[in-house]
Amino acid sequence: MELCFFFEQAGIGLNREEIIRIWLALKNLVDTHPLQHVRLWGKIFGTDQNYYVAEVEYRDNEEEEGEEDEEAEEHQEEETEKEGEEGEEEEQEEDDTPKPDFKPPPTIPKEGPKQGTNKKTYFVCNDPGKPWVKLPTVTPAQIQLARQLKKFFTGRLDAPVVSYPPFPGNEANYLRAQIARISAGTHISPLGFYQFDEEEEEEEDAEARDNFVENLDFEGIPIRDLVEPSLANWVHHVQHILPQGRCVWWNPVQKNEDDYEDEDEEEEREEPDEPEPEQGPPLLTPLSEDAEIGNIAPWTPKLSSSLVPQYAIAIMHSNLWPGAHAFASGKKFENVYIGYGHKYNQENYSPPAVPAVQEEFPSGPEITEAEDPTPEEEAALRAAKQEAAEAQEEVEEAEEEEDEDD
Amino acid sequence: MESESLYLNIDYVGSSGIILSPEQKAALQTSLVILQSENKFSKVYFWGKILGIKDDYFIAQGVGKDELEGRKTFYSKDCIHWGLLPPATRQMRDTSKLAKGRFTGDPSFEFEHSETKKVGEGEETAEEEETINIKEEDRLSSVIADIDEDVRIVPRAAFIKTPLAHVIPNRSFEGLTVSESAKLCNYMHFRHPKLLLEKSLLQRANLDKAIDFLDTLEEDIPKGSWSMQFERGSGLLTLRSLLWQGYVFYHIPGTRKFGSVYMGTGEKNLDLPFML
Repeated sequence: MELCFFFEQAGIGLNREEIIRIWLALKNLVDTHPLQHVRLWGKIFGTDQNYYVAEVEYRDNEEEEGEEDEEAEEHQEEETEKEGEEGEEEEQEEDDTPKPDFKPPPTIPKEGPKQGTNKKTYFVCNDPGKPWVKLPTVTPAQIQLARQLKKFFTGRLDAPVVSYPPFPGNEANYLRAQIARISAGTHISPLGFYQFDEEEEEEEDAEARDNFVENLDFEGIPIRDLVEPSLANWVHHVQHILPQGRCVWWNPVQKNEDDYEDEDEEEEREEPDEPEPEQGPPLLTPLSEDAEIGNIAPWTPKLSSSLVPQYAIAIMHSNLWPGAHAFASGKKFENVYIGYGHKYNQENYSPPAVPAVQEEFPSGPEITEAEDPTPEEEAALRAAKQEAAEAQEEVEEAEEEEDEDD
Repeated sequence: MESESLYLNIDYVGSSGIILSPEQKAALQTSLVILQSENKFSKVYFWGKILGIKDDYFIAQGVGKDELEGRKTFYSKDCIHWGLLPPATRQMRDTSKLAKGRFTGDPSFEFEHSETKKVGEGEETAEEEETINIKEEDRLSSVIADIDEDVRIVPRAAFIKTPLAHVIPNRSFEGLTVSESAKLCNYMHFRHPKLLLEKSLLQRANLDKAIDFLDTLEEDIPKGSWSMQFERGSGLLTLRSLLWQGYVFYHIPGTRKFGSVYMGTGEKNLDLPFML
């Protein structure tokens, strides 16, 4: 509720009355599910209905009930994974090797629960008060394709996504992929609010760190520094998604030799142009490292009030994902997204071209068609053959005679 | 939306993410009244907000006796000081379409657009680079004119055309019923009609000359460029334009309350055909 007040100061957000209804809906969600942490992620407009998105974290040791969207196999695997490594450093889970029952076309395995793109679980509802629906986990293929799409949400989770290239899944999957992309791009916090866990830091030096804890000594950054145009005082606290569609790079060559890196579509904006392994900026990278969009700065910092700057709060508007906002005031900060769920692009969207027509089989003498011989030609050939055969016979006979003579 | 009841009406579009901070509301409430009396307008509308990278523009429009003719547009960056925008001429609107990207927030900023043209005939073709400078103020003015022309809508019968061809608010307008308000044909583009003149006499025979002097939304191309939603049961109707993302129209069925506001980046959604 308090956060709503801050957002209203900033001139973003929703009605107060609506916020209260959402808040009650969130409370309902907490009552019915074993959740540790819930927050309003944002609102996405659809053509028929809107989505309210809640970001939740399950309590530790609580198995998610009724994993209806997971296949039974994966469910089992997750359970075993969890049993083995519950509470320990998640880095081991991170290095999931390709599962043996994979089919030949290389599929990038999706990231397990509580890591990478699936770190948090999301619930959506169309109207505060209506039942919350849990979104399925996202797969790298969905993220890759979602990058190529630009479609309006309809507001019905089971609606098909009619698009080219074809999207694997329905609108719920598309929504989940967009949420993952938006979170990775726009969830920011003031520098120093989070810090890396020091114990883990020693164990894994080279590996990307994916865990952070709240910094208890965080004092808050003065507002004036937060709105500095250099943006060095804000950091991302959600892992960057690699072009592969995962947060942690998974080596496709481990299992099968064929390299499909070239399939990876255009690099994300912050992506350094490296062949492999793909590497994104580490967690808690300052915003000043964000690449520009064309010639537009990726973030617009603002003060909520120009008249009384001493009591203003700092607001950040994302220009890359219009509708994503963040504010910070003292020790508090929050992110919210209210928009259509599309990335900003200076150029107009153009769907990827249809792949080139497959080439025909190279024409060679084996498959070249020849004209059928006419009866006269056949007759001539037959006569020629007969003659040859007769000649042969004569020769043979002569030879035989010679043989007999010997 | 009308400036007098701005404080109440802005809540109706809040569910679309359009919110003014208390400071902006307070500033607008006082400055728009001053603007109205200084310029002797009969009404001042709060038109909306165009988001720039460094700064935002708040837009207000004043009207005299005739609602459709002679609108004057003002912009402000702090909600207090208002500056008159030059009316958008046809040429301005054509050139400003060449400017790409977001508004910066500085009215004197100049967008540059260069294109190579082929000059000469036959074999003597030479490529010549032509640079057009577009001032942001002009672009702002033409974008507002474009939005007004493309998506500004009113409920049917909210305005009437008098025999003297003045367009005035209809005093006997009592709002659309719930079932009426769910139909796109009951909303009209508040601009000089373009498609109406193309209709055949037979089609025009049933129209009421005083009321149906505008184009309806039903004929908009592409179909589905409006997203219609009921909120609060059926107590509030919201129409969002997908062509100009950020344009929101609201109407409370059964009352005279309607209005619209634009809050967006000032860029037309040219990708619309791909996105539906």
